[in-house]
Amino acid sequence: MNTLAAPAVSPAPAATAAPTPRVAPRALRAATAEARWVRWVLTAAALGFLTLFLFVPLASVFAAAFDKGWQVYLEAITEPDARSAIGLTLLAAGISVPLNLVFGVSAAWAIAKFDFRGKNLLLTLIDLPFSVSPVIAGLIYLLVFGLQGWFGPWLAAHDIKIIFAVPGIVLATLFITFPFVARELIPLMQAQGVEQEEAARVLGASGWQVFWRVTLPNVKWALLYGVILCNARAMGEFGAVSVVSGHIRGQTNTMPLHIEILYNEYQFAAAFAVASLLALLALVTLGLKYFVEQRVKHQRRALGERGE
Amino acid sequence: MILSRTLLRRHSVLPGFDLSLGFALLYLGLIVLMPLSAAFLKTFTMTWPAFWEAVSSPRVVASYRLTFGASFAAALLNAVFGLVVAWVLVRYEFPFKRLIDALVDLPFALPTAVAGIALTAIYAQNGLVGQWLPFKVSFTPLGVFVALVFIGVPFVVRTVQPVLEDVNRELEEAAATLGASRWQTFTKVILPIVLPALLTGFALAFARALGEYGSVIFIAGNLPMVSEITPLLIITKLEQYDVAGATAIAVVMLVISFVLLLLINSLQTWSRKRQGGL
Repeated sequence: MNTLAAPAVSPAPAATAAPTPRVAPRALRAATAEARWVRWVLTAAALGFLTLFLFVPLASVFAAAFDKGWQVYLEAITEPDARSAIGLTLLAAGISVPLNLVFGVSAAWAIAKFDFRGKNLLLTLIDLPFSVSPVIAGLIYLLVFGLQGWFGPWLAAHDIKIIFAVPGIVLATLFITFPFVARELIPLMQAQGVEQEEAARVLGASGWQVFWRVTLPNVKWALLYGVILCNARAMGEFGAVSVVSGHIRGQTNTMPLHIEILYNEYQFAAAFAVASLLALLALVTLGLKYFVEQRVKHQRRALGERGE
Repeated sequence: MILSRTLLRRHSVLPGFDLSLGFALLYLGLIVLMPLSAAFLKTFTMTWPAFWEAVSSPRVVASYRLTFGASFAAALLNAVFGLVVAWVLVRYEFPFKRLIDALVDLPFALPTAVAGIALTAIYAQNGLVGQWLPFKVSFTPLGVFVALVFIGVPFVVRTVQPVLEDVNRELEEAAATLGASRWQTFTKVILPIVLPALLTGFALAFARALGEYGSVIFIAGNLPMVSEITPLLIITKLEQYDVAGATAIAVVMLVISFVLLLLINSLQTWSRKRQGGL
């Protein structure tokens, strides 16, 4: 019956069912693998797409950066305005990453180790900044601290500058990178549960001892992963920072804003030279990310095995 | 103490609930909720006709059309090729596979301004790619589409990939034994499993594209009514000191983003259930 029904069900030429069982027709192919030409077409399509939209743009940054030679390149990244932009970018990331790290750890501790009302709402609110356009992130700080904003008159009276100054840039960066550490830590700490911490408590460890000796070693890779992503975004943020910075050369220009100014002045080689530093940062980020990902995967697997 | 007494469902031997939740709530309030509420409160100071005028003038509507249209098209292209990329990365072997896999996340790591100037240069008419194309890309609405494709690449790949890795090969073997062709197995067995993740990835890429600014403004040309995206229009209004008008448009975008966030959350729940059921 099977031999009669099979051709009717699947008339496709690739069907393995045949009236008489054939012995190894050409090369053996598993029933769950595609024909060789299908594999080739799909692989070529995937690589072609990635090349066109990712690899060519990435390579072109470095090519354009060295277009006018080493001299121009070195000059572009060492002139005073560029140096001040690099300094400000490092400063903004240096303040916002640790602050968001402290927030991420304390939010994850509360959410993963305790059972309380409103937890799901809190989880949604933590993710909120990811769905807000960077431009709007800048705008809302303008509404709070700008000259016509809530605290504007008070700040002006006390001669404190937030908007069009460094504090505004830091605040906008804080908002944009807000969820990164928390969202890496929370799922892992939830999966790890509270047993180890409770055991440590019962054995007489203080709260901080539990945190430093039990919890932190358990989540260090996920923590690092969050920090790496947070840092990359903090250093590269453009839209939000652009709204609150005021673009004062040598004072409130970050690297991405400096690139924009150079580009708009048709100093393409210089713009791409500064851009190549950020592209290099992106590559280092991806490398570190890959390395840490392997560790986290390894840890998750170990956790899964223990759980079973 | 107040927090633990009112919120905790169950007593715990672990300390630090008040401190950690208290700090988290304070920080969340100061950095995220207070500034966000400022946008909504600002629009309440406007009269309804003024608000409506600000969010529905022809130039603004043209910018919505471009932003939503280009974002949708870019997310669609990413859904198709993202699925292919995820499939190839999970199922096939080829040289430099690990390197290519790691590079898929490039749009997450590369600052948008860098991506913007690089895409503009190579898709310009004398650019590396642009010179082979019979039509203009840079400084047209098509350029907006190209930039949005770039920033959306990882979303679909990274949501579909883990689901595809978990697909039980025995299901495919069963389908093959029952006489299904490879294409039938794909459309009737594999695609239904992957579909929730694919939709999630599409929605994530779409939501991200709606708010994108940095990579688009370099390549778009920014002609009013033609190639001006909504986030740029907000900046333009701010530069003209029309803070209320800028905020009104921002609130419209915020509401749309929040609705999308809810949609994505329910899609992810569906995806997890579907995955857990198999």
